[in-house]
Amino acid sequence: MSARARDERRGANRQAAGQGAQGVALPRRDFLKAGGALVIGFSSAGILADALFAQGPPQTFSAPRSGAAGPPDPRQIDTWLAIHNDNTATVYIGYVELGQGSTTSLLQVSAEELDFEMSQVSTVRLDTDVTPNQGGTYSSSSIARGSPAIRTAAAEARAALLAMAATKLDAPVESLSVSKGVISSRFGGKSITYGELIGEKRFSLAFTGKAPVKPVADYKLVGARPPRNDIPDKVSGKYVYLQHVRLPGMWHGRVVRPRGQGAYGAGAKVATLDESSLAHIPGARVVRKGDFVGVVAEREWDAVRAARDLKITWDMPATLPGSDGVYAAMRAEKTADRVVLERGDVSAAFSAGVHVAVQTYHGAYQAHAPFGPNGALADVKADSALVICSTQDVYGTRNTLGGVLGLPPQKVRVQYYEGSGTYGHSCYDDVAQAAALLSQLAGKPVRLQFMRWDEHGWDLYGPAHVGEVRATADANGKIVGYQYDGWHHNWSAVETSQQLALGTPAAEWRLGAAQQVNPGCCGAMYDIPNLKLVNHQVPGLGYLKGAWLRSPLDLAFAFASEQTIDELARQGGIDAYEFRRRNIKDEHWLGVLDAAAKAANWQPAPPAANVSKEKVVRGRGIGLGTHLTSYGGAVAEIEVDRETGKVTVKRMYGAIDAGLAVNPAFIENQISGQLVQTASRMLHEEVTFNKTNVTSLDWNSYPILRFEECPEVTAVVVQRVNERSTGAGEEVMAAAAGAIANAFFDATGVHITEFPLTPPRVLAALSRS
Amino acid sequence: MAGRIKLRVNERMHEVDAAPDTPLLYVLADDLQLRGPRFGCGLAQCGSCSVLLDGAEIRSCVTPVSAAAGKSITTLEGLPDWYAKQRKLRKAPALHPVQQAMIDEQAVQCGYCFNGMIIQAAELLSKNPQPTEAEIRSAMNGHLCRCGTYPRVIKAIERASKTMAAALDDSAAEEEIAQEIRAAGAEVAR
Repeated sequence: MSARARDERRGANRQAAGQGAQGVALPRRDFLKAGGALVIGFSSAGILADALFAQGPPQTFSAPRSGAAGPPDPRQIDTWLAIHNDNTATVYIGYVELGQGSTTSLLQVSAEELDFEMSQVSTVRLDTDVTPNQGGTYSSSSIARGSPAIRTAAAEARAALLAMAATKLDAPVESLSVSKGVISSRFGGKSITYGELIGEKRFSLAFTGKAPVKPVADYKLVGARPPRNDIPDKVSGKYVYLQHVRLPGMWHGRVVRPRGQGAYGAGAKVATLDESSLAHIPGARVVRKGDFVGVVAEREWDAVRAARDLKITWDMPATLPGSDGVYAAMRAEKTADRVVLERGDVSAAFSAGVHVAVQTYHGAYQAHAPFGPNGALADVKADSALVICSTQDVYGTRNTLGGVLGLPPQKVRVQYYEGSGTYGHSCYDDVAQAAALLSQLAGKPVRLQFMRWDEHGWDLYGPAHVGEVRATADANGKIVGYQYDGWHHNWSAVETSQQLALGTPAAEWRLGAAQQVNPGCCGAMYDIPNLKLVNHQVPGLGYLKGAWLRSPLDLAFAFASEQTIDELARQGGIDAYEFRRRNIKDEHWLGVLDAAAKAANWQPAPPAANVSKEKVVRGRGIGLGTHLTSYGGAVAEIEVDRETGKVTVKRMYGAIDAGLAVNPAFIENQISGQLVQTASRMLHEEVTFNKTNVTSLDWNSYPILRFEECPEVTAVVVQRVNERSTGAGEEVMAAAAGAIANAFFDATGVHITEFPLTPPRVLAALSRS
Repeated sequence: MAGRIKLRVNERMHEVDAAPDTPLLYVLADDLQLRGPRFGCGLAQCGSCSVLLDGAEIRSCVTPVSAAAGKSITTLEGLPDWYAKQRKLRKAPALHPVQQAMIDEQAVQCGYCFNGMIIQAAELLSKNPQPTEAEIRSAMNGHLCRCGTYPRVIKAIERASKTMAAALDDSAAEEEIAQEIRAAGAEVAR
C-alpha cells in the first residue's frame, strides 16, 4: 500500500476507532507522540495512603481516596505511580486485564524505564476513585494508547529520583546508574534505593512528559518474554473473578426477561405477572420497575428457582425479519450512504479490465457469549452507589449508571473485576445497570449473575452484514478496479435494563465503527488505482441489538473481499500468494503476507487448480486483513466432506505486525486464540431468531468450536522495535476468515457466499455449483 | 426444604444448610466460598463448574447437593492433595502437575474455563497416564473455551503426562534406594 493509501486508511479508521463510550472522537494513532506529553490519565491524591500492594496480579484495590471521585489529575506524576519503602512500585493503569496480558506488558514498560525488575512492580484494580481515565479498553489499544503515558511517567519519575540521589550521594547526576531500583555512582561511594529516597511519599511533581525515555537499543524487558503475572492464581483457584465477589449483607438477584430478545426498540411489555406463583419460595422477593422485573433472595438457589418459576407473560411484537430473512430485509432498507474511501475512477477501470469478479456475500449475527455470563454487584444508597462489574470502561459505565439511578456520576463508584473473556461489548453494562436497579429496588446490596440464556439471548451482537464486491484485473494480474458496498446497522446505545426500567427509547450510536467499511479488510492493502468503498447504514431499530464484537465486522469484510481477490487470481491462472505480492507495495503488508506463507511452507499453484472428486477434499487459502492499525496475514488448511458438508480446519498460520511487540509471547498467545476463535466463528457461530425473538440461547443452539475439531495453530510476530506499538488482540482474525473462505474455494472450486459454513449451507453451495 | 447436609470436600468434612435439590455448585461457591468451580451455563454444557466426585469429573451445576453427600468431592483447590494421596507422596506439591503445566505452557487467556480444563485433565491422567493426542481431544471435548486456548491446553496435558511419568520413575528409584537402605540396616543389625 502506498503512503497515500496508508494515510487514507488511517484517516478512515480514525473516525471509527477514536471514539470513547460517549462517541467523542479522539485521534488514535497520533494520540500520544512517542516521548510526548500525556493526554488523559488519573489523579494523585491519596495514592500513597495505600500500602496494600503485593507483587503479582492486581488482586487488590487501593484504599479509598479521601472521599474524592476520580479521575485523578493526569498532570501529576503521583497519579501514575507510587514508590514504596520496600523499593517496589505501584503503577496505576487505566486499562483492564481481559486475559490478554496487557497488564503485565504495561508493567514491563514501566519497569524498563524505572530500571526495576518485574518482581518490583505491580498494579491495582481499576476503580473510579483511584485509577486514571485512559479511555475504555477498546480496539486492542491498551499498549498502543497506554504505554506512551506510562513510559514517559516512569521516565520522569526516574529522572526525579536521580536528581534526589545526586544530592544525597553528593555525586553528579551524569555519574549515576540504576539497577533494580538501586542508584549508585560510577565514582563509587554509597548507593541508595528508590524506596529510601521517597518510599510512601508523594513526588508532588507536575508531569511534563519532557524527560527523555530509554533508547530502544537499551531495552532489557520490553521485547522480552516474562510470563503473565495472573496465570499462577488462575490455575490454582486463588484468582478472584467478578463471579467470586461477595458483599457483606448482600442478596442474590436474577433478572426475569423473555427468553431471547426481540426487535431493538420494539420493547418487551409485561402482560401478566403473578407474584403468588413464588409462594413455595418464601425467601424470594419480586422487584419491578416498569417492565424491568427481577427476583432477589438471600440464598442463590432461591433466586435461581424464583426466576425460573415466576409466572409471567410478555407482549412482544413479531416484527423481526428472522435470521433467514435478515439479509433481504437489510438490503431493502432505505440506508444512509457514505463513501468511506474513493480514488481514481472505478467505472472506467471496469470497462478496461480483463478479469472480473462480482459476488454478494453474507455474514451472520454472532454473539460475544462470554464463557461465564456477566455478573455485577451493587450497593445503592439514597445518595451514592458502589457498583462492581466487568466493564471495559469504568468511567463510561459510571456515567450511564448515574443516569439509570438518578445520581450524579461522581456519586457512583465503579470497580472492575475481571470476568470471563468478553471480546467486546457483551452484557457487562446491561448487567451492571440491572444489578444497580435490583439493589435500588430491594434496598440491599445485591449480587446479580446473568444466566446463560440472559447472556446469549440479550447480548449486543456483532451485526449481520451484506457485502457486494466487484473487482477487475488486467492481463498481467494487476488489480485495476475495486468496489465494496457494505450493509449493516450501527451499535445500540441504550441498554436493555434502562429501556425496561425507565422506558428510555432505543437509540443507536451516532458515530461508530458500524458506519465503516474497513479499508484494512476491503482492498486498501492492495495497490489499486481505482477503488471505492461505500457504507450503506441500515437503520438498526427493528433488528437485534448490536455492538462491537472482536474485530467488528472485519470477518465479514475479509470473507467477501479476500474471496474476490482469489477469484481474480484464479481467472489469471496465478498463485494466490504471488497474486497478492504483485499487488502490494507496503512493506508491512508484504511482511505479514510473507511471514504467514513462509510459516505454512506455501507452494505455488493457482486457487482451485486441483479440485478432487473424492469424498473428502482438501484445500489451502491465504488471506490478509486487520482491525485498525496493525497488519494481519493468515493461511488455513481445511478439509471438506462433500457428502456430509462438514468442514474441518486442520491447520492455521497467523502473522501480525503490531509495531514494537512489548511481549511477543503474549501476542503469540493472542494470535493462537484469534485463529481458533475465527475458525469457530466461520464454521459454527450464528445467532438464530424468528419473527419474535432470538432462539440461540445456549451452547447447543449456539455451538462453538470444540477440542476434537480444533486446528493446529502457528503464530508469528513480526517484530518492529523502532515502530510504535499498535493493537494485537484482534488483528489477524479478518485475515484468518479470508484464508478459511479461500481454502474452501481451493478445495471445492466453489465460493461460499455465506458464513458460518454449516453442513446444510455447504451442501447447498456444492449442489448449486 | 433446607436441612443439614454433610459434605466431604477436599478431604475436609463440612456441614451445610441447604435444600437437597440445591445444585452442588451453589453450595461450593456460596457456602464454602470455593473459587474453583464456577457458574458457566447451569446446563452441564460447558464444564466451568466441574469437580471430581469420587475421582470422576461431574458438572456441579446440575448435581443436587444431596447426591454428593457421603462421597468425596475434590475441587481445583484440592487437586494437589488429591494427587499426593493417589501417588502416596509424603507431601503434597504446591500444584498438581496439570496446573504447573498450564503455567509452563502459558496456556491461559481469561482463564475462566481452566477450572474445568484442569479437573478433566487431572481425571484423564489418573486413568490414562499417557494419552495420545486424539485421546486428549476426545476426553476434553465436553469442555468449551471461548478464548481458543485448546492447542496450548493439549500441549500442557502432554507435558503433565511426561512430568508425572518422570515423577513416577523418581519415586520408584526412591523406593529402591529405601529398600537398599533397609536391607543394609538389617545386615548391620545382624
